Amino acid sequence: MKKVTVEICCGTACYLLGSAKLLTLEEQLPEEWKEFVQIKALPCLNLCESAKLGAAPFVRLNQTEIMPEATMEKVLARIGKLVNRDDD
Amino acid sequence: MIRFIRAFHNGVLEKELDQIPIKMRPKDGVSSRCCIYHDRAVIKYHLMNLLGVSCNEETDEAKLLAEYYREKAERQSASQAPASSDSEGNPCQHPLSVCEAACSECPGSRVVVTGNCRGCFSRPCMYACPQKAISVVDQKSTIDEDLCIKCGKCISACPFHAIVKTTVPCEEACPTSAIHKDDQGHTTIDYSKCIACGNCLAKCPFSAIMEKSQVLDVLLALKAGEKLVAVIAPSAAAQLPGTIEQLFTAVSRLGFYDVMEVALGAEETSRHEAAEFKERMAKGEKLMTTSCCSAYVEMVRKLLPSFLPHVSSTPSPMMFTAEIARREIPDCKVVFIGPCVAKRIEAQRKGVDFVLNFEELGAMLAGQGIDVISCEPWKLTRPAIPSARNYCRSCGVTKAVLEEAGDLPEGFQLDAKFIDGIDHKTLAMLKLYEAGKLPANFLEVMSCPGGCVNGPCSLRK
Ligand code: FES
Repeated sequence: MKKVTVEICCGTACYLLGSAKLLTLEEQLPEEWKEFVQIKALPCLNLCESAKLGAAPFVRLNQTEIMPEATMEKVLARIGKLVNRDDD
Repeated sequence: MIRFIRAFHNGVLEKELDQIPIKMRPKDGVSSRCCIYHDRAVIKYHLMNLLGVSCNEETDEAKLLAEYYREKAERQSASQAPASSDSEGNPCQHPLSVCEAACSECPGSRVVVTGNCRGCFSRPCMYACPQKAISVVDQKSTIDEDLCIKCGKCISACPFHAIVKTTVPCEEACPTSAIHKDDQGHTTIDYSKCIACGNCLAKCPFSAIMEKSQVLDVLLALKAGEKLVAVIAPSAAAQLPGTIEQLFTAVSRLGFYDVMEVALGAEETSRHEAAEFKERMAKGEKLMTTSCCSAYVEMVRKLLPSFLPHVSSTPSPMMFTAEIARREIPDCKVVFIGPCVAKRIEAQRKGVDFVLNFEELGAMLAGQGIDVISCEPWKLTRPAIPSARNYCRSCGVTKAVLEEAGDLPEGFQLDAKFIDGIDHKTLAMLKLYEAGKLPANFLEVMSCPGGCVNGPCSLRK
C-alpha cells in the first residue's frame, strides 16, 4: 500500500457546500487504509473564485491532484485507487 | 446565493441578475427537475426571494429581476422605512411563501393498498376498519375513499404491510395545520394560523417553500456605510467553519460596525425571567411559560390568545441584545443572525432592523472571499456566561433561569416542564394546561426539537 495525503478545503465556500461533512472522513476509512492516509483541513485553496477547475467543495490529493465537487463516496473511491496503486 | 453576492460586490448584479438562472442551468447541462427550463424558473423565484420579494408579492410574471433590484436600491437610497408594522397578517410581509413553480403538487394524503396485498382469507384489514370502507375486489382489498377516514387501523392490521399512507411532507410537518393542499393540488399557507416555525421549509423535498430574505437590504445598507451591528445567536457555534471568535472577526470584516453575542441579551432574559417568576408566584399565579421562542409566542398569539397571560412578558434575548447595541451605539441598526424563521416576525413586530440566517451569512462570507478559519480570533470584551450561551439547546433556558433564581422563598419550588418541539399535539396540550391540568409551574417551550441549534435554517443536520 502507498501513502496518500488528503487535504480538505475548509474555506468558507467549500465548507458551506459540503466539506463540513467530509471532515468525518477519518471515521469512514477502512481499518487497513488508516495508517497510509493522512488527512488535513486547509484554509481556502483559492480555487473557489474561478470556475476553471469546477465547483466547490475541493479536495486535494497527494498535493497535486484536485478533486472538485468532492463527496464522501468520490473521495473514498479515489483514495482506494491511490493506496493500492502499484506504479514506481 | 454566493454568485448573487459576488455579482453584487462586483457591481454587476443588476446587469447579470436575469442571466443567473441561465448560467446555472446551461443548455447542455443537467437538470434536477424535468428540464432545465423548469429549473431556471424555480431559480428565478429563489433569486426573487433573495431580493426580498416573496412569491406572494409577484404581480406581473414578466417583470425582470433587475427591476425588482432597482426598486429595492432606490427605496434604500431614499431610505424609506421598509414596511410599516401594521401590515401584519398581510401575506406579502410574511417570511414564508409557496413557490408554485417548484411545488410538485404531491398527491394529497391517502391510505392506499399496494401491490403487496395477497388477498388473504382472514381479511384483517376489513375487520379493522371502523368505517367498513374496505371490500375485496378481484381478490385484492380495495378502499372506498369516500368512506375512509384515514385512521390507519388497516395499516397496522395487515400482516403483509401492504397498506400504506401517502403523506404530504409540508402538511405533515406543520404543527398548526396552516399549510394545505386544495383540490387542484395547489398548496397554500393560511397566514392566520402560520406560526413561522419553518418546519415546512425544512421538510419540503422540492424546496418549494421559500423564505423572503433581507440579504440585499443588508448588503445595500453596508454599502451605504450605515452603522450595522451584527448580533449573533449562540447556535452559531459549529454552523460555520472555525471557532466562534474567528467567526466574529469574519463578520466584522464584512463591514459590520460591531459584533455582539445574543447570549449577552440571554443573560438579561434569565435575570428578568427569574425575577418575574418569583413575582408571579408570590401573587399566587400557577404557571409561567418562557417567551424566548418566537414561534411559540406566535402560536399563542394566533391560536390561543387566552393563554397569553401565562407567557412571560420578559423580552427575548434578541430584543435585549438589540437594546444593549442601541444603548452603546445610538445610531446603529441591528442585524440578528440566527437559524430561525419566526424571529423574522418577531423582528418585524418589535423593531429589529434585519434578520439573516446562517446560510445567508455563509454566502456573504464566501461571496466576499472571507476565509473564516484564517481569521484572527475576535476579542470579546465581555464574554457571555455559559448558561446564556446554552439558550439554544432545549432546557437551556430553564437551567439559566434556575441559576438566576437562586433561593426561592419558603415553600416555593421551580417545577419545570419542557415542550421540546412543537407538533400537532402541542396546542391541545396547552389547552389542557389552560383548563387547569398543570404539570408544573414553569414551562419551557421550544418550537424546534432540541432547541434553536436544530432550527429550520441551521446548516448542519
Ligand atoms: S473555499 Fe475552498 S477553495 Fe476557496
